[in-house]
Amino acid sequence: MNNRVVITGLGIWSCIGKNLDEVKDSLIAGKSGIGLDAERKSWGYRSGLTGIVEKPQLKGVLDRRARIGLSEEAEYAYMATLEAMKNAKMEMSWVEKNEVGILYGNDSSAKAVSEAIDLIRLKKDTTLVGSGSIFQSMNCTVTMNLSTIFKLKGINFTISAACASGSHSIGLGYLMIKWGLQKHIICGGAQEVNPYAFGSFDGLSAFSIREDEPAKASRPFDKNRDGLIPSGGAATLILESYDSAMERGAPIIAEVIGYGFSSNGEHISNSSVDGQIRSLSMALNDANLKPAAIDYINAHATSTPGGDSAEAQAIDAVFAGCNTMVSSTKSMTGHECWMAGASEIVYSTLMMQHNFVAPNINFEEGDEFSKKLNIVTKTTEKNIDVFLSNSFGFGGTNSSLVIKKIK
Amino acid sequence: MTNAEIIVKINGFLVEEFEVDAEKIVPEANLRETLELDSLDYVDLVVIMESNFGFKVVAEDFISIHTFQDFYNYVIRKVEEKKATV
Repeated sequence: MNNRVVITGLGIWSCIGKNLDEVKDSLIAGKSGIGLDAERKSWGYRSGLTGIVEKPQLKGVLDRRARIGLSEEAEYAYMATLEAMKNAKMEMSWVEKNEVGILYGNDSSAKAVSEAIDLIRLKKDTTLVGSGSIFQSMNCTVTMNLSTIFKLKGINFTISAACASGSHSIGLGYLMIKWGLQKHIICGGAQEVNPYAFGSFDGLSAFSIREDEPAKASRPFDKNRDGLIPSGGAATLILESYDSAMERGAPIIAEVIGYGFSSNGEHISNSSVDGQIRSLSMALNDANLKPAAIDYINAHATSTPGGDSAEAQAIDAVFAGCNTMVSSTKSMTGHECWMAGASEIVYSTLMMQHNFVAPNINFEEGDEFSKKLNIVTKTTEKNIDVFLSNSFGFGGTNSSLVIKKIK
Repeated sequence: MTNAEIIVKINGFLVEEFEVDAEKIVPEANLRETLELDSLDYVDLVVIMESNFGFKVVAEDFISIHTFQDFYNYVIRKVEEKKATV
């Protein structure tokens, strides 16, 4: 069975906007969501730079039992999913009577875990962490909470694949629907934003220390990039079979037509040009498209010297001679990690819907490899029929998705 | 703290924590049904008691607590016991 798989709903909660309209405006304006967090400096962080993400206020929105199990990232995911379900015209009464699944990317819940352990150590009493802690602390905090809140009855688990988690969640959702195993799946990615989550990452000197210019710190592909900026929030997509969407009268936003994946089988943190090429090529093959058919590439490029260099080489190898427009929205958002693979599909789909390519801000000069790419530095009017989005993670996990406009 | 003050304090945090209408909290009302407590909620009740009164409630103590009045009596007794041991 080969069902067509479409996107019928999008939702976002990020450092560049708390809904689709705000995010679209930020993308057009090339607005950075990066700021300086003094708390990180007081903790001994090398870099205090981070995406600044507002916390949702859920008291009065969700009842107590639903609320207290939500970790920080699950709160973001709830907000993004609420928006996506509304846009997909998925009413709760319909959801309760149908088999809707959830596959969501998340790879940590460090704040909840750390706070619980601190309290147990202090009080010498496990009961005093309260009943919500366990549901906040597990990696599947998003899927276990949202499946309960939204009364979901289909597939239900979390994808933990480092910075490719969100992308793989969409890829796996796409495959399950394509193969007829599910008709409707909530996909996405969530990422906590707090000092607990990334101390060890900061310790690897992976973060930019351009603290005097937060909005200019994230500069993917730029010759003078000095590291990534951690960020987060959540992004949700509603995937459905085309037939189901038509039957429901749901708004069809775009179609997922290709998913490629690979594992580097090499170093735990270094990128691999070969691994990325295999992922890109598999996605194009799955979509049955030549590279020239891709109108825009949303790069994974996080602003690290090594990672961006490898991706530039992989894109150049696969798209040689195509002059395909490339930008990394991480130049504005920072690296949304577990969420990034999903949020970047949301950002790129917004570009597709509104006929523009968002800029790779702060790109001033290319290096040996990135100067070979057509990197878009200013918001550019562009009809996008098909785009490709890359996500790569620690451990050498790679994911590439191809999305097509519905005509 | 007087007994009346203890009761006001208990009612205050029950309304805040369990999001129940204050007028539903009357001495003869059933604690579990009024607050819609499940097994997880009892854990949070233990946490609230510890943070507000500084003593640990053990699960068995809840067996004989049915009404709000039972609960008030229990807390007042434990507060007095705590005072006596200081």
